[in-house]
Amino acid sequence: MRKQCYKTIYEKIKDDDRVVLMLGDIGVHAFEKAFEEFPDRVYNMGIAEQNIIGMSAGMAMNGLIPIAYTISPFLIERAFEQIKLDLGYQNLGVNLIGIGASCDYASLGASHYCPADVSILKQIPCLEIVVSGTAHEFEQLFEQSYNNGNPTYYRLTDNPHGHFYDVEFGKANVIRQGKDATLVVVGSMLDVIMDATKDMDVTILYYTTLSPFDYKTLHENINSKIILCEPYYNGGILFDIVKTINIPVQYGFIGIPHKFQTHYGTYQEHMDSMGLNTKSINEYLRWFINV
Amino acid sequence: MEKIIELKKTMLTMAYQAQEGHIPSAFSITDILWVLYDKVKTENDYVILSKGHACLALYAILADKGLIPKEEINKFCKFNGKLGGHPRRNPEWGITASTGSLGHGLPISVGLALSKKIKGEDGRVFCIIGDGEFCEGSNQEAMLLASQHELSNLVCIVDYNHSLDKSVNVDSIANKFSAYGWGVSNIIGHNHFDLLNYLQDNMSNEWDEPFALVCHNTKGYGCPSIENNPSWHHINKLSKEDYERLLGELYA
Repeated sequence: MRKQCYKTIYEKIKDDDRVVLMLGDIGVHAFEKAFEEFPDRVYNMGIAEQNIIGMSAGMAMNGLIPIAYTISPFLIERAFEQIKLDLGYQNLGVNLIGIGASCDYASLGASHYCPADVSILKQIPCLEIVVSGTAHEFEQLFEQSYNNGNPTYYRLTDNPHGHFYDVEFGKANVIRQGKDATLVVVGSMLDVIMDATKDMDVTILYYTTLSPFDYKTLHENINSKIILCEPYYNGGILFDIVKTINIPVQYGFIGIPHKFQTHYGTYQEHMDSMGLNTKSINEYLRWFINV
Repeated sequence: MEKIIELKKTMLTMAYQAQEGHIPSAFSITDILWVLYDKVKTENDYVILSKGHACLALYAILADKGLIPKEEINKFCKFNGKLGGHPRRNPEWGITASTGSLGHGLPISVGLALSKKIKGEDGRVFCIIGDGEFCEGSNQEAMLLASQHELSNLVCIVDYNHSLDKSVNVDSIANKFSAYGWGVSNIIGHNHFDLLNYLQDNMSNEWDEPFALVCHNTKGYGCPSIENNPSWHHINKLSKEDYERLLGELYA
């Protein structure tokens, strides 16, 4: 997905002279060509996330379309107030691209994990949140929204899912329909959910845009059992779900538990330890659907 | 100067009507903002008031210049008013950025100044910060990046009114800017002649670097009883007696 991101951004810088890329000292080598060809619109601003966000606000005020790119926790959590006030409150068209979703940087520890990104960014009205599950989806979603005048967070992951769907900004995909439960699946969770539900009669809704939330698709597929399948802290979009539903519902949660991860190792080891593999999810769903 | 007294009278009346406001902070920068808007600023320039709590001065001057509808002045801090206790972005009225949380204005200004270079535009970006907000780390990042990118179109005006003295000993703010590679001058920021001299295009463009004008100011300037008096920093109550006394001090 990162490679697609480099390519998409490079193409955008080439095609749209309003686009300015600012790196937080991350991805510098990957954007070498862009640095060479467009030195006046590609910058390594160093490790200064608060300023990258503040500067991007200033640039957007003057008609440019800035992209701020660095590791998610530093981009989102370090500079949260800048995102809230400089981008959100002023509603400026800035694109934030974060790499290192949840515990993608498994071996590096909690300083480099970012499982809270969606939950905290949901607290900023008018900030758009895009969680693409594949490189192809990122390309489509970025193309559809990078210049729409609103601040947007694009959450990239190094662990994309293996399915191919065309996606539309602000709209969920109905992957399949069934009667036993509705699963609201976000981004990279799709792989493991598809595997775990092979022999189940469930509805699978696939969400790549979390803000603005597609209430309509969920409303058309309401079930008395709703399961949120999120690749970040459980319940990031819970309020959107609750708001949509007007019948008594049992909720299930598949996602990152709300605690500090103190292990290192690999991404898969983390997923296994949190029960986010096919076997564990299959067992959980069988139990949940039958209770 | 009569104009300055008139502006400060407007500010006092706004604060009295609203029972709200940071009067001494606004009086501290009234001269700076007046010279900027009256003599220096062109249509290609931006002004960012990073110390947003001093917005009474900005509102009074923008209203005087006809950018803000006069009737809005009477709605300062009212529920349906557009002029709050901290500025909200309103380009039509000449308010470039929403500020209030300190340490945001200079990074935004650095981005604006760089965007002007990228687009090949004329004009400068003036950012007014206070010495109190100098503690915010974001300002240090901005100082570093402004000189890195040789933003000679950026002017940071520091309202050094010693708000900081009660917390941190910063020594020389000018030396700090200088160490980051900025051109720096020190003046008394209530002196219109000096302000004009240093803010005029030809003066600040002597440098290839961003320029910091450190203004040694008096908080509450113009009303002796509130000058350098921390208890007046923010008021949410202004009695008729105090209001009239302060008006009297302005004209004394």
